[in-house]
Amino acid sequence: MKETQLKRTPLFDTHNELDARMVEFGGWEMPVLYSGIAQEHHAVRQAAGLFDISHMGEFLFDGPDALKFLNQLLTNDLAKLEPGQGQYTLLCQDNGGVIDDLYAYRLSDTHYLLIVNASRLEIDWMWIKAQRNSRHKSLQLEMSNPSGGLAAMALQGPKAAEIIAGVFPTAAELRKNQIAELEFAGATAWVSRTGYTGEDGFELVVPNGRAAALWEQLMSLGQALGLLPAGLGARDTLRTEAGYSLYGHELTSDTTPIEAALGWAVALDKPCFNGREMLAAQKQDGVSRLCIAFKMTGKSAPPREQYKIFSTDGTGREIGEVTSGTQSPSLGCGIGLGYVESAHAKSGTGIEIEIRNRRFPAQVVKRPIFQKSS
Amino acid sequence: MADIPTHLKYASSHEWVSVEDDTATIGISDHAQEELTELVFIELPDLGRELTAGDPCAVVESVKTASDIYAPLSGEIIDTNDALDTEPGTVNDDPYGDGWFFKIRLTNPKELDDLLSPDDYAEQVNI
Repeated sequence: MKETQLKRTPLFDTHNELDARMVEFGGWEMPVLYSGIAQEHHAVRQAAGLFDISHMGEFLFDGPDALKFLNQLLTNDLAKLEPGQGQYTLLCQDNGGVIDDLYAYRLSDTHYLLIVNASRLEIDWMWIKAQRNSRHKSLQLEMSNPSGGLAAMALQGPKAAEIIAGVFPTAAELRKNQIAELEFAGATAWVSRTGYTGEDGFELVVPNGRAAALWEQLMSLGQALGLLPAGLGARDTLRTEAGYSLYGHELTSDTTPIEAALGWAVALDKPCFNGREMLAAQKQDGVSRLCIAFKMTGKSAPPREQYKIFSTDGTGREIGEVTSGTQSPSLGCGIGLGYVESAHAKSGTGIEIEIRNRRFPAQVVKRPIFQKSS
Repeated sequence: MADIPTHLKYASSHEWVSVEDDTATIGISDHAQEELTELVFIELPDLGRELTAGDPCAVVESVKTASDIYAPLSGEIIDTNDALDTEPGTVNDDPYGDGWFFKIRLTNPKELDDLLSPDDYAEQVNI
């Protein structure tokens, strides 16, 4: 069985005690749900949820040329960050194809942290090392991949700030995308105000040996406030409602950030970075297909990955494909992300999704697909 | 532990069957609804459709995935549980009662012998 090769996070025993249903994800054995996807989803929208994201990777870069090196690899402009700030960014091939999407943090003037997808960790690291050893040999920096020794969790939802204050009193002062190096049980903890759910929240990185204790402490602080442990199932419905891309779905080595509607994370004013030429050309000339968010407008089964998208312009032509689809627990209807010919990508455009040989009406919508009215 | 009522017969694809005269009522087992997790959409077969045992004839969708439901027996669809259209979660709450899927008039009652007894089905799902 393949299962014996799956990696386990330091919270594996915790998940088992909580009777989580485990699935394979990116080579890891991860909890897909505890109490139920919809229940966990609603907890994150209304109170808070705690996710194990220890499968994600952490890379560190230190040295006088760390900024220069990373800014030639990543699409966004790290130089715009003050120490203690992070940004969403992408790693691209020279042809603009996406290797991974990630968060980059400037911990200090010379010290940088990247948090990358579990499924791309090895590929990212090999590629970054190859870049370092070929094009950027003379630069002065040290780089390391401490992912195996680090655990991570995401505390997400409107009650997240109140809960985290019980462990890290200063964390609630962080603004969106800020990161702080704090202390937990005598060890370094990175706490950032970031997430993948469309809610306020925090992501925390601690050494493996501190993970279970931190999880327990957050859970007991949050219990009375409605905090639930939340699995990958809710993580996926939440990020889809927020309109966030997932590598392997909206992003692949055959798609570019411009096609993925992530041009806001591509700093074309930087003179030189991997993929810049192609991305600048696409930005200027336009692209033939674009990633859209959509909502089903009538009663239908939920849309799913690989379902075909058709135009409603009279021709009934096939114009694209769904890359992520689910029933939205917040909206109670089918929602999804997908690629369509650019002429059909404007929000408000009517489209049809083919579900088991029948076509159902849908509409291109702005991201986020779901937003709480405040 | 999943509930496996002893008065029903089962298909290895996790449907249950209750027979009265030449009519069979069909649904999915407690084990199946547990594995599928909370259902958000159910597509039932059209009335009058002729099924052959083993045909995919309904689709259940959880938040995460779509799964086929198979006809455990051959026959014609004579009734469907239209309440599942608005309340698919009934299948999770009451899989052997209000969560039934459809009724068929059997065209080959001998196929009943091919179904699993509660004991055999229990053995299958506990492996």
